[in-house]
Amino acid sequence: MNVMTQRPNVLAPDLEDLVNEHETSVFEVRDLTASYGATPAIENVSLDIFDKKITAVIGPSGCGKSTFIRCFNRMNDLVAGAHVGGKIFYRGEDLYAEDVDAVEVRRRIGMVFQQPNPFPKSIYDNVAFGLRVNRMTDHLDDRVEKALQDAALWDEVKRKIKDPASALSGGQQQRLCIARALATNPDVLLMDEPCSALDPIATTKIEDLMHELKADYTIVIVTHNMQQAARVSDLTAFFSVEGSAETDRSPRGVLVEYDTTEQIFTAPNDRRTEDYITGRFG
Amino acid sequence: MQATATRTGLRSQRKRPVQRLVRVALFLCAGLSVMVTGGIIYALAADTISFFKDVEPASFFLSADWAPQSGDFGVLELVFGTAIISLGAMLVAGPLGVATAIYLSEYANPRVRKVIKPILEVLAGVPTVVFGYFALNFVTPSLLRAVYPGCGIFNWASAAIVVGLFILPTVASLSEDAMRSVPTSLRHGAYGLGASKLRVSARVVAPAALSGIVAAIILGMSRAVGETMAVAIAAGATPQIAVNPCESIQTMTAYIVQVAGGEASTGSIQYGSIFALGSTLFLITLALNYVSIRFVKRFREAY
Repeated sequence: MNVMTQRPNVLAPDLEDLVNEHETSVFEVRDLTASYGATPAIENVSLDIFDKKITAVIGPSGCGKSTFIRCFNRMNDLVAGAHVGGKIFYRGEDLYAEDVDAVEVRRRIGMVFQQPNPFPKSIYDNVAFGLRVNRMTDHLDDRVEKALQDAALWDEVKRKIKDPASALSGGQQQRLCIARALATNPDVLLMDEPCSALDPIATTKIEDLMHELKADYTIVIVTHNMQQAARVSDLTAFFSVEGSAETDRSPRGVLVEYDTTEQIFTAPNDRRTEDYITGRFG
Repeated sequence: MQATATRTGLRSQRKRPVQRLVRVALFLCAGLSVMVTGGIIYALAADTISFFKDVEPASFFLSADWAPQSGDFGVLELVFGTAIISLGAMLVAGPLGVATAIYLSEYANPRVRKVIKPILEVLAGVPTVVFGYFALNFVTPSLLRAVYPGCGIFNWASAAIVVGLFILPTVASLSEDAMRSVPTSLRHGAYGLGASKLRVSARVVAPAALSGIVAAIILGMSRAVGETMAVAIAAGATPQIAVNPCESIQTMTAYIVQVAGGEASTGSIQYGSIFALGSTLFLITLALNYVSIRFVKRFREAY
């Protein structure tokens, strides 16, 4: 396995077990660096994202966790001045190779955003959008229904499928956005703080949903909510901010520790991780 | 109580006269446009009513024979002129304007936009007389006659084209504003699903900005309806229903200018006719606005 030859610099013992158990890596991140203009965001991040696992990315504000997951579907391409260095291999293929089409990448790697962002169209057309983009328009009605069922929204909307999506509650809108992303059967689902704009009940629904989705999808979730990371994820990556005005290096996000969620929350190896999860900083 | 108030300084007998003055002044400013509209309606109405004492409304609105010298006031010939110029101009400015807006809002990098937008807005500042001569000296001889050599020097095609160019900046600039105010999160949502730039522009941004785009087009259309000088120069002064784009026509405003130019004496029927035309134009613009509001309410994708 590639992981063994090009081992991430922070492969904790438990992860070594995972690798040895022949878990497949969906992404292999190697020395990933991202910056916006002259401002660095993350530096030298190396880790593996494993198949059909939920990987949580946690850390204080400004540690580059959103920037980090936006590298996986090349969303940073859309930001003027953004630069990504290092390598990300997606199932063995270099995501940032010259001839890789970012549009194709995003068709395989779906994303759910911090704020629910349904299109100002009907519920149906929201889910059908990605299907139409991907020319998966045969059995469109069935596919839309299936996606809404997978997102645990079907029963709530089946009688008003042609209503505007804006009529739904925030939590329903976010599940609609998940349905929209699931409709095209992506390989990976990236979730950038998907619950930060939601109330606790809606949050619980999304978390339950993630547990169900795990059977079919690889999920990477950024969250500022440590309890959430502990509840939903199999693996947790802790990012922190390094460097500051005092050390004449501008602050940048670094990966401090990456391990099974259980390990991170019960016996972290790094002092900074422990300080963060026990609430002593950040 | 009085003693307490003095101590804390919370209460005051003065009711802040400057604040009230500002409020009144601002109200008067806002009221001015309402009063002007009222004044225009009054000025139009008085002379329009006296005109219709001399001319049957039915023969005015339902007949297509405009020959004031012989007492024929069939307005449809002039309405046709105005309509064909506006529609022709819309055919030029609508697609071009929306395409320009999509380019500026979605495709152009900031440096290119910084160059193109001011140039576009200069186009809106060119006096319309210049557009008239541009039609006469360039569009007709060099473009239209290259396609159809028999084209008359005064023709409505050239007038429609230059009026289209004249309202293009309005349509493009306002449509671009509407598109740029569509939240970035919607674009990202679409890109995240693997949509191409064209699809994001055409299927997400443009529908979300539809109300602004329609408003831009209607505003452009109203300007086309009211446009006078360019049309008077380029399309000549022949009131007729001419389907052939190479023929001369006359619009309502062009006729108003012609009469106001000095032929008709105050109080004559011809003098009255320009007020009747003004009222008709006013109603047409009003109807246009009403239709556009209804349209926008029906098809708008509110974000």
